[in-house]
Amino acid sequence: MSDATGDDTSGADAQRKRVVSASLTLGAAVGVTALSFGLAAVSAGASVWQACALSFFTFTGASQFSAMSVVGAGGSLPAAFGGAALLAVRNFVYGLTLAGRVSTDARFRRLSLPRRLLTAHFVIDETTAMASAESDSRLARTAFWVTALSLFVTWNAGTLVGALAGSVLDMRALGFDAAFPAAFLAMLPGHLRTPQGRRAALTGAVVCVALTPFVPVGVAILVAVVGVLHGVKP
Amino acid sequence: MILSNGELWALIFVLSAFAYLCKAMGLIVVGGRTMPGVVERCVALIPASLLAALVVKDTFTSMQDVALDARAAGLAVALVAVWRRAPFIVVVVAAMAATAAVRALG
Repeated sequence: MSDATGDDTSGADAQRKRVVSASLTLGAAVGVTALSFGLAAVSAGASVWQACALSFFTFTGASQFSAMSVVGAGGSLPAAFGGAALLAVRNFVYGLTLAGRVSTDARFRRLSLPRRLLTAHFVIDETTAMASAESDSRLARTAFWVTALSLFVTWNAGTLVGALAGSVLDMRALGFDAAFPAAFLAMLPGHLRTPQGRRAALTGAVVCVALTPFVPVGVAILVAVVGVLHGVKP
Repeated sequence: MILSNGELWALIFVLSAFAYLCKAMGLIVVGGRTMPGVVERCVALIPASLLAALVVKDTFTSMQDVALDARAAGLAVALVAVWRRAPFIVVVVAAMAATAAVRALG
């Protein structure tokens, strides 16, 4: 990062290479997550096409997992939509963060509306993290697009392979219902770094279990979002 | 699953439209403006609350009942794997294997 020695062009080249390779690596890693999504979606009752449609059109992992988890547990359509939609709200914040970085071209001209509309589809956890890590706007754009495109390819390919595998395996005997909680658990650590994050997680978990016997399937997940009120005080 | 095939397709497209709307609203409509601090802090906590709730729902509940079964063994193994910073797929596969093993024994 800070070892940009030598002349300007080779330094810039090295920086670019570093960003491209980090972004491609992330894309490959996420493809493996997509395998588990494909498997989990099919085990929850989706068809191969439905699993693929989710990955292609929704294209935001936590919401996809959440929707299929509630569907698989026997939740209603509004309950499945509600939890997934709440998780999608954070993409709005990512959009705000990225607006100044990816809405312009290399000469800092604003992109045309159709191009910005296309860019919006790729506003997700990983692209936001990779683009925000770069202070140079050109590198931020490179990070965003290399991550976006490699991840879009691996996410969809991984979902397809996982869903196809899932449709020929006996999911319950293989313990696939344990894939959902394990996947959610694996997504958690990054959100537990602050005291508020830990309190929000604990509240969400307790509220969810406490309410489950009394409300329709999936609704406890929605109410668990009261955990965010730990953010009211800074 | 109680949803019909058609309802599941409806869910997929409504969710896709909503997720896209969120992304585009932030990127294009509202743009580089900042939000009140309290809103930003609360939105940032959504994943912590919901992911934790989803973990316990998928491990300790079955429909409307609180349940303790083979999935708890899977979660325990997943906890160790996450704590050891294992890759995502290792966490998932280890949890599945532990659950399947407990089921096969039980």
